Amino acid sequence: MNLLLLLLLPSVAILLTLFVKNNTQAKWVSLLFSAAQLVFSLMLLFAFQTERASGNISMMLFEQQLNWFQSAGITFHIGIDGISVAMIILTALVVTAGVLVSWNIGYMTQEFLILLQLLGAGAYGFFISVDLFLIFFFLEVAVIPKYLLIGIWGSGKKEYSANKLAIMLMGASALILVGILGMYFHSGLKAFDLIRISQIKLPVETQIMFFPFLFIGFGVFTAIFPFYSWVPDGHSSAPTAGSMFLAGISMKLGGYGCLRVATYLMPEAASVYAPYIIALATIGIIYGAFATVMQTDLKYINAYSSVSHCGFVLLGIGMLTKTAITGAVMQMVSHGLMTALFFAVIGMIYERTHTRVVRQMGGLIKSMPFICTMLFLAGFTSLGLPGLSGFVAEMTIFMGSWQNPGAFYRISTIVACASIVVTAVYILRAMGRVAMGPLPAALSDEKHKSSLKDATWNERIAAIMLAAGIIVVGTAPFWLNNLVSPDAAIIFEQLISGN
Amino acid sequence: MNMNPFVCIPLLPFISFLLLGLFGRQLKPLAGIIATLLMAVSTALSLSVAYTYFFVSGKVEGIYQTLVPLQYKWLEFSPSLSIDMGILIDPISVMMLIVVTVVSLMVHLYSISYMKGEDRYASFFSYLGLFTFSMLALVLSSNIFQIYIFWELVGISSFLLIGFYYDRPSAVKASRKAFLVTRFADLGFLIGILILAFEAHTLDFRVLIERLTHPESEFLIHASTTTFLGASALTWGLVLVFMGGVGKSAMFPMHIWLPDAMEGPTPVSALIHAATMVVAGVYLVARLFPVFAISCPAALDLVMVIGVLSAILAALIACTQTDIKRVLAYSTMSQIGYMMFSLGVARWGMDSQNGFTASMFHLFTHAFFKALLFLAAGVIIHHVHSNEIKAMGGLRKLLPITHITFLVACLAIAGIPPLSGFFSKEEILLATYHFNVSVFLLALLTSGITAFYMFRLYFHIFWYSPTQQVSSKATHHEAEFVMLLALILLAGGAALSGFIPFSRFVSANGIPFNTSLHYDFSILPVASALTGTGFAFYLYKAKNLRPDRIAERIKHLYTLSYHKFYIDEFYTMVNHSIHRLIAYPSAWIDRQVVDGSVNMSGKAAKTASEGIREMQSGQVHQYVFWFIAGILILAVVVMYGMG
Repeated sequence: MNLLLLLLLPSVAILLTLFVKNNTQAKWVSLLFSAAQLVFSLMLLFAFQTERASGNISMMLFEQQLNWFQSAGITFHIGIDGISVAMIILTALVVTAGVLVSWNIGYMTQEFLILLQLLGAGAYGFFISVDLFLIFFFLEVAVIPKYLLIGIWGSGKKEYSANKLAIMLMGASALILVGILGMYFHSGLKAFDLIRISQIKLPVETQIMFFPFLFIGFGVFTAIFPFYSWVPDGHSSAPTAGSMFLAGISMKLGGYGCLRVATYLMPEAASVYAPYIIALATIGIIYGAFATVMQTDLKYINAYSSVSHCGFVLLGIGMLTKTAITGAVMQMVSHGLMTALFFAVIGMIYERTHTRVVRQMGGLIKSMPFICTMLFLAGFTSLGLPGLSGFVAEMTIFMGSWQNPGAFYRISTIVACASIVVTAVYILRAMGRVAMGPLPAALSDEKHKSSLKDATWNERIAAIMLAAGIIVVGTAPFWLNNLVSPDAAIIFEQLISGN
Repeated sequence: MNMNPFVCIPLLPFISFLLLGLFGRQLKPLAGIIATLLMAVSTALSLSVAYTYFFVSGKVEGIYQTLVPLQYKWLEFSPSLSIDMGILIDPISVMMLIVVTVVSLMVHLYSISYMKGEDRYASFFSYLGLFTFSMLALVLSSNIFQIYIFWELVGISSFLLIGFYYDRPSAVKASRKAFLVTRFADLGFLIGILILAFEAHTLDFRVLIERLTHPESEFLIHASTTTFLGASALTWGLVLVFMGGVGKSAMFPMHIWLPDAMEGPTPVSALIHAATMVVAGVYLVARLFPVFAISCPAALDLVMVIGVLSAILAALIACTQTDIKRVLAYSTMSQIGYMMFSLGVARWGMDSQNGFTASMFHLFTHAFFKALLFLAAGVIIHHVHSNEIKAMGGLRKLLPITHITFLVACLAIAGIPPLSGFFSKEEILLATYHFNVSVFLLALLTSGITAFYMFRLYFHIFWYSPTQQVSSKATHHEAEFVMLLALILLAGGAALSGFIPFSRFVSANGIPFNTSLHYDFSILPVASALTGTGFAFYLYKAKNLRPDRIAERIKHLYTLSYHKFYIDEFYTMVNHSIHRLIAYPSAWIDRQVVDGSVNMSGKAAKTASEGIREMQSGQVHQYVFWFIAGILILAVVVMYGMG
């Protein structure tokens, strides 16, 4: 399998979109190429598992190494392990669904689709990179287009949100860059190669100094407390596909970076800082959940709940056990699928009711059964219903966290567990208001009634794809678990040998 | 044993769920029949496996075996901890299979007619399928995490069914309340599981029980010597697991959701909120009974106290409620209280385990007469179009069959021989008498009150004087055939199931034993029941002023009972305080502190750049450029300065 295809497919899509005659062609090109990415990512999964089954136990598979800036020690080194495969499939799913729900974007369609594909390319590149410089490069590719997406196609106070998001994420990138340069100079290798740096033992003082730069830098992407405030504004101002990508993929870039770069390269520092990570993650989980209770806008509800759910990713990483790390990765996949579905559904509801305020809605299940069923599905995933992906991910994290004896770890775990009750409060309240109860007067006049239609074909496909992902992970978790846990074990062993 | 029927029993309702959930619109007219047929097959299978287990192959050398014919590794946390989806067969799981499938089949049958004309007829049966599947998988669970999974799934089916009439705000609210209260309890359950799993290094029931009961087991020693806040880890684990049971079984103090859950369609109340789901808590304690009884009898004392408190409290409240379904809901709570304290008074060992058997016996008989009471109430509600007993009266001539079946159920629940409730209640009282006399006296009192409020209901509905409104509104007479069939079949169960020699099948350690009826002992319970019945007859046989006069005389107690001891109000207050003390401050910190400081730093940057005008172009990319440049300079300084 040639991993470069993952970068090639979006690039070709972008080029073709530049030259097509009209919007319809642009949409079909984009859809076709995203579908191709999805098919390719599934083939990748298959090839990966075949390779692993045949006994190939090297950390990265399908590696390629091309010289890039030889003099600066930068190589174009790519490869994948189980964790990246899971992330790549997630990205392909979200991008495809994103194209589908943007079918009626109506304004500068071509440019919109180009940016969406560019974001996808950035994410793929990020997940396959094994070189720190490449990782940074692709991270930036996956950030900058978001500024435009929100600024041009957004809603509400979009300029403010776009600025806030861009500046906070850029600040985070700057921290990451410092960390990466620290690795570059202090490893003594004058190279950015992740694998090579991981093989030498960095002095503990160096680790202690640079770990916070990398962890907080990536942590901002995954909404670490208290650097999360770009999330609510950014998510709620972005167009539907933008929110889906932002919450579904962008926040995962952070979690993946925390794990793959910060924790993997600096295991000793990770265990020194673990209590702080756990404390911040726990605060984020419970505080995010309580802040959500007070929200009235559907997008804000999902955005704040993302802060809470991504706290679980950080908690799993901070707990530093194999089970908890596996759980963190499963939570990334689960949250990616769930939140993309949630935002897709919110977009559909907004297009029909022209409001996102929960109090102004009611009884929508009658006129839009499919959309509301999907809303319920996303909500149930969020509150951790067994059979859906959120449950298995959260339980794996809880199980892994409880393996750490000691009152601090126990209390953090219990507080994190308690958030599932608060989650149920806000999810049930929102769903009860939106889907159930009587239809409010504002929506029952003739003009509105005609627009309250159920999902169209493109919306249905998008929702069903994401829902299928949620259900597959939720009912057959052994599949994702087997994919992820051997590679989580590699990171875990690095931690053991480091200490 | 062959595992195929055991897989098929829960799978058939699941097929019904999928089929009707996905193709509900196309299958709508046939939905009820399809679901009922699938359920009938499932019931037949469970009866046949029960026969095979109890009479053919279950007993080896005089002991009923615990078998696990199927186990599939579903999610592996670590080599020793994994969730295995499996099937565990022992006397109580087989007994529960019968209870769940039979009651579910009756409810399916009844609903074919009861739900006719509903918009979401197919969805209703689809949800029933989901519930039955989850409940069956719950009772068959071989792994403590598996039971938690299906525990949550029955919770969500209950949520969907309580909120079935989703355009009624009260139903939506009730469904949310039920889910949230039980969710809170499940938090305890989850943490309990984490503790037990950590101590026993396993999630498998059989291994867990063995490791935590064997006197020389190092796991047990560790679990009972590690202490936290004065109690051992084992005690914490068991008490927290029991907390899950308290929530699900609507025991005091987490019972507040059950009466509101009556907003759901009546067949749902019969199935979920009377006969099956609400006894899951009792089942959970019974499942872990060896650990409770051998290693931590103190936790069983808690079970007993909670049980007896719930029993008497609910009985007192039931005396003054006027909504027929709410009276039945409180009586359910009271009867489950019986089952709970019966478990609580049992101990390990041949001569002290009667409470365990009695509890399971009562669970079994209660399922029949309580489902029957609800289904009969459904007929009555359809007839008078109201839940209020004030709107009913003199219905015995209009609904003769419903009247007889309701009477059978009332006699059974009151514990009047020879109906089923008499036998199971007598066993419970006997076991309690041997354990603790003051609990026995409370139980005896509750039994008298039970007879009183049930017959208050009965006389109010079927005797009393009919109101004018009712007779004009009542358009049709007796219910349709399928509904009556369900009532009659259940009445058969309620009347006869007491004659089953239960102790020969179900016991804590699998060894059958014999019990005989103690005629001299049963005088007291029967006298208590008859007193309650007689009192109800005296007050409610016909319209008179006596009830009002008595209410006036015990005004304080009456008001307390009428307002359900103000427990709901207390929770509302707690809920508001949580909002005021945590949620509002969180939102405030979010807006003012976190977001405020971000905006503030933005403003500060702007003010600073006023000073250096050349650099200020108002374009974000330049700010970003300077931001990065600054950090880079800082980085270089740090690295070379230190290195």
